[in-house]
Amino acid sequence: MTSTFSLNCPLPLEVTDRVLLGHGSGGKLSAALLSDIFFRAFQSPVLARMDDQAVFEIGGTRLAFTTDTFVVKPLFFRGGDIGSLAVHGTVNDLAMGGAEPLYLSAGFILEEGLDMDVLRKVAASMARAAQSTGAEIVTGDTKVVEKGCGDGLFINTTGIGVVREGVNLSAANARPGDRVIVSGTLGDHGMAILSEREGIGFDTSIVSDSAALNTLVRTMLDAASRSSLTDIRCMRDPTRGGLASSLNEIAACARVGVELIETAIPIREEVRGACEMLGLDPLYVANEGKLIAIVAPETVDAVLAAMLEHPLGREARIIGTVSGKHPGLVTARTAFGTSRIVDMLSGDQLPRIC
Amino acid sequence: MKFLDEYRDPKVAEAIVADIRRHVSKPRVLMEICGGQTHTLMRYGIDNLLPREVELVHGPGCPVCVTPLEILDKAVEIASHPEVIFVSYGDMLRVPGSKRDLFQVKAAGGDVRIAYSPMEAVDLARKNPDRQVVFFAVGFETTAPANAMAVWQAKREGLKNFSILVSHVLVPPAIRLLLESHGNRVQGFIAPGHVCAVMGYSEYEELAQQYRVPFVVTGFEPLDLLEGIRMLLAQLEEGRYEVENQYARSVTREGNEAARQRMFDVFEVTDRKWRGIGEIGQSGYRLRPEYAAFDAETRFGVSDTRAAEPPECIAALVLQGIRKPVDCPVFGTRCTPEKPMGAPMVSSEGACAAYYRYRRHDLTVLV
Repeated sequence: MTSTFSLNCPLPLEVTDRVLLGHGSGGKLSAALLSDIFFRAFQSPVLARMDDQAVFEIGGTRLAFTTDTFVVKPLFFRGGDIGSLAVHGTVNDLAMGGAEPLYLSAGFILEEGLDMDVLRKVAASMARAAQSTGAEIVTGDTKVVEKGCGDGLFINTTGIGVVREGVNLSAANARPGDRVIVSGTLGDHGMAILSEREGIGFDTSIVSDSAALNTLVRTMLDAASRSSLTDIRCMRDPTRGGLASSLNEIAACARVGVELIETAIPIREEVRGACEMLGLDPLYVANEGKLIAIVAPETVDAVLAAMLEHPLGREARIIGTVSGKHPGLVTARTAFGTSRIVDMLSGDQLPRIC
Repeated sequence: MKFLDEYRDPKVAEAIVADIRRHVSKPRVLMEICGGQTHTLMRYGIDNLLPREVELVHGPGCPVCVTPLEILDKAVEIASHPEVIFVSYGDMLRVPGSKRDLFQVKAAGGDVRIAYSPMEAVDLARKNPDRQVVFFAVGFETTAPANAMAVWQAKREGLKNFSILVSHVLVPPAIRLLLESHGNRVQGFIAPGHVCAVMGYSEYEELAQQYRVPFVVTGFEPLDLLEGIRMLLAQLEEGRYEVENQYARSVTREGNEAARQRMFDVFEVTDRKWRGIGEIGQSGYRLRPEYAAFDAETRFGVSDTRAAEPPECIAALVLQGIRKPVDCPVFGTRCTPEKPMGAPMVSSEGACAAYYRYRRHDLTVLV
């Protein structure tokens, strides 16, 4: 038996020279991709605000403008499909800017050989979803790529909407003392998708939460308008990267800390169980029909009460506070009364060995 | 959540902590071996609940962390072969070799896939007879039985296109090394519950007697760990050095005989290098000669390499429990989970990564 220890450490790796899957995770790698490549190339002050939508003024009207691309697999899942998701995603990005969605575009990348029936179903689902939000799909584009160069069907949607008068929602507005509200249970969409993927091999009844949030936002703004519309500081829909990534973005952008109460965060039993089994943390799992709102303490009760009356806000809760401590960090008070960091992940969550 | 929430009950935790406070009489240094336990301790802040007298140091039991650089380089080389489907547990993919990690191999066109079980890799080999399927067989005694089972099954079916890249390590030789090292401060061990579920704990009884140090076989939930710590402290207060079993719902003294049998059919004990520590005699497994045909190293003819090492990293001292992650001059500055310099920062179960990920706000002046 040898008893000599050597200082055997690897050299750190340099920045990658190719795009990794993790660059699409919504974590630190995604953020690095945006700042290193796109923000640098495009140099726009509107883009630099890093909100989920661009807000600007044309002819005295404040418009919200956003785009999103959908690459979900499988195309149909419990609670939705790529078509409804593509509409909800873009409508929600507009809603998070305080805008009512008006017009959408739809771009399709189709893989040679895709079943025409699949496309028909997806188009019908998009139409239904758009109609239910009050938005209209008014322009589009179609490209077909050779078999093997796409994964069946990719959809891009772009949306435009008018921002409600007096509303100013931006991550930068969050300030110490504000409360953090979440509109319902977390992780439903991500776990629903994961459970239907090949090779995972577990059965569950988890249903995606895919939904359009514009009417919920309207309800919240109505409630806030009785005191001050700007008391709702910002809203985010915690899609890829989950609650943790969205809150980290807000904390970084507003240079504040966010303190969560871990036991207050609503997570369904099935989602908790599935996450335990797969070694995942539900705070990083995607949602497609939930929102986070940062709200001033004097208005938070009114906003929460209004949310609880809305079908998509029935399980809304206050889950934390914005603080002046640890600017840029999200922390959680555990059930044991200790405090831990809820960090931004580098890339995708990886299941652990043991 | 049934079967878990009862092990996360804050009221019970409070009672155990109160009991610990009443009984601890002097400073004690305890070590948990397993990275999964380190992870739980940090995530729930268990160390902050304990009285000042009780210091927890973190052992070398993160399989991802201690997998040597040379093996990672071999994995990268094998996974880069166009005919190979390289299958791995998820958290090995981001661990950097000396030049690249497996994610980068994947981005460059390599077929790298994540699996929850080596049997998925066997299934891939069945379904892809024209491809070579390689499973990255890393881990402690916990993952070895399943990996052995996969090889055994592949041999039984005569699968010619399945092999494993082996880097299995064993817990008891590492503990022995720690106990014999000059700087050792550890007075009691939280023994790894899942390893003991397979191996039983008679090996630890030998260590306890020889080195007069107590062990408690412990589970992975917060209350398991608090209870294990209480039991260890009681042994120290009473001057006992036995092996006790806190994790009786999963572990027996004999362990899992069937799993062990399959493991010994396929693997034999060998010297292994541990990343951050160095070579430890008789501390790992390799394939037995009758299963040599399933050894990916020989099948692909990969050769040993050596890599340069940054001198400021104190991984070896952290893995021995002599120093804490925050004692390191590069912790959280030049060494982060994105750019790990040393073994304990590479996986979330490594001590440095667990400190960084969960606790850097109240440990240092970083932020």
